[in-house]
Amino acid sequence: MAGRTLYDKLWDAHLVKQRDDGTALIYIDRHLLHEVTSPQAFEGLRLAGRRPWRVDANIATPDHNVPTVQRSQGLAGITDPIAKIQVETLDDNCREFGILEFAILDPRQGIVHVVGPEQGATLPGMTVVCGDSHTSTHGAFAALAHGIGTSEVEHVLATQCLIQRKARNMRIVADGQLPAGVTAKDLALAIIGRIGTAGGTGYTLEFSGDAVRALSMEGRMTLCNMAIEAGARAGMVAFDEVTLEYVRGRPFAPKGELFEQAALAWRDLVSDADAVFDAEVHIDASALEPQVTWGTSPEMVVGVSGVVPELEAAQSKGQRQGWESAMRYMGLEPGMRITDIGVDRVFIGSCTNSRIEDLRAAADVVRGRKVADSVLQAMVVPGSGPVKQQAEAEGLHEVFLAAGFEWRDPGCSMCLAMNADRLGAGEHCASTSNRNFEGRQGHGGRTHLVSPQMAAAAAVAGHFTDVRALIAAGAGGAA
Amino acid sequence: MKPFTKLMGRVLPLDKANVDTDQIIPKQFLKSIRRTGFGDNLFDAWRYLDEGDPAKTPNERRINPDFVLNSPRYQGASILLARENFGCGSSREHAVWALEEYGLRVVLAPSFADIFFSNCFKNGVLPIVLEEGVIDELFRLAAGEGVELMVDLAAQVIRMPTGRTLAFEVDSFRKRCLLEGLDDIGVTLTDADAIREFEQAHRRRAPWLFGQPA
Repeated sequence: MAGRTLYDKLWDAHLVKQRDDGTALIYIDRHLLHEVTSPQAFEGLRLAGRRPWRVDANIATPDHNVPTVQRSQGLAGITDPIAKIQVETLDDNCREFGILEFAILDPRQGIVHVVGPEQGATLPGMTVVCGDSHTSTHGAFAALAHGIGTSEVEHVLATQCLIQRKARNMRIVADGQLPAGVTAKDLALAIIGRIGTAGGTGYTLEFSGDAVRALSMEGRMTLCNMAIEAGARAGMVAFDEVTLEYVRGRPFAPKGELFEQAALAWRDLVSDADAVFDAEVHIDASALEPQVTWGTSPEMVVGVSGVVPELEAAQSKGQRQGWESAMRYMGLEPGMRITDIGVDRVFIGSCTNSRIEDLRAAADVVRGRKVADSVLQAMVVPGSGPVKQQAEAEGLHEVFLAAGFEWRDPGCSMCLAMNADRLGAGEHCASTSNRNFEGRQGHGGRTHLVSPQMAAAAAVAGHFTDVRALIAAGAGGAA
Repeated sequence: MKPFTKLMGRVLPLDKANVDTDQIIPKQFLKSIRRTGFGDNLFDAWRYLDEGDPAKTPNERRINPDFVLNSPRYQGASILLARENFGCGSSREHAVWALEEYGLRVVLAPSFADIFFSNCFKNGVLPIVLEEGVIDELFRLAAGEGVELMVDLAAQVIRMPTGRTLAFEVDSFRKRCLLEGLDDIGVTLTDADAIREFEQAHRRRAPWLFGQPA
């Protein structure tokens, strides 16, 4: 018998029942909730007279709608009355059903996909779900993690299970090492550029190879976070020492003898050497440069030294139409150099890139430099209370503030602009988030997805520029 | 859930690939705590010329006459014809709620994003995968004379006006839920004993998964 993939192992370990009709009942270890996709699920529970199956599997935090300024005002700081009701409804539901919530004033509040791992509530070997597509982030811990809809949120609350069909296995191997100044975000974008936004549909992705093994947990989370942008519900990275050391000592992580016992079991959370994948993609990490998206889909991406593609390069009529439509929306012409695209706003944050390592990397670029005069706004939104605290302890906020960045409170913020942070029509944004869809960051807004370093470099230059030149020049040096 | 058995309806052609759920229902409408009230804002940024605001009624909005949804010939359509990777992006079930409330109960496309696809079945909406060539042909028909189709879930066929039939695949469990309008939580809870048994064994095997902060 052929060996099993990591996904096979996680699936088998959570299989409650295989049904005759081909569906399977899969047990869910951790359910994360936020204010946007949960109210209708709680309402459904109430209407059916049901209670949560296992209350302590659930953790909630408001993130999408919370303001990123004047956090000390708590709920009163939410100026939009409809948004405020939604956040209050999460508080009420958690109270009513006894669910642990890191509410708006809790120091642990933050973006749900930053909070779970940070608290050790996401552990290797778990199944993790949340009513949010970027739940794939947690796969970085050798966990099976994916987004679900609101009906499934209700289903998990009521039964601790999901009805699933097993996906196929795809291995993405990043060979070689990423060059200095090229990050997990660039690798993620390059993979999506290669396989397309539907390339992973129906698959669970396992990211492997030397470049992935060399990534920190923050980097692996960034990579798995973007699996959904390649069409895959779940992405994952095998367990190793890096995983173990990240988890050790976190509040929800096992302690003492139990930790040692867990660590032993976690060693098996790797694909067997003879495991067979349904598809395999190799990418040469050492050949990558920093990536910048030019269009309205994450697959519309090129290296920073590249240009907006010529329409003749499109591989199908559909792709050509898509490119034309995207160029019109983005206000760009074929053949235009990426470094000639000016930037009006800069956003460093989101569940993709708002962790401490992201902020350190951006601060290193910004240190001793100023945000260009042509940039209307540059903001840093830490992913959680503890990330913000850590950054301030390291003095990173001073670096950003001195350069002209705004230093905000944790939340999803301008990644999807549900709160007050958004782009104006026609404005170009260098954003460390995950989606460049039309209107995502504000009606008519034009998003370019980049790494934190590249966003910082764009803020300083006023247009996209290869961050490696700034890094080479040292703190404050001219590129 | 509203059952889905058979539907005879007009086809609305949306000739665009990779339509994401941010386009189907933009974020400013996700602040509602209800399951209803999204139909008027389906495809909001394409459908209206002014920026969408939950406080505005459709009468206060400027209609985009060039968007296919606003074309008089497609009014009352109940079948959406789409291109590949329909429903990609955010997991927001609001996208399906908006389609359903607008009156679109069937979506035909060469491929769908996984989460959107699964959300459809929870809300009485039937997503059907058809071959690219068939989709192309339907686009030609819908953009020309217009076309009405009969979708029969029990038989798993689509009947063209010419009498020609197109067979389609559907997961048997999802089919049963749609046909009978089943609450799948109720179905899962018939296995409550199996879940409890699994949970106990799982806890013994991996007690650390059940830990709480010290």
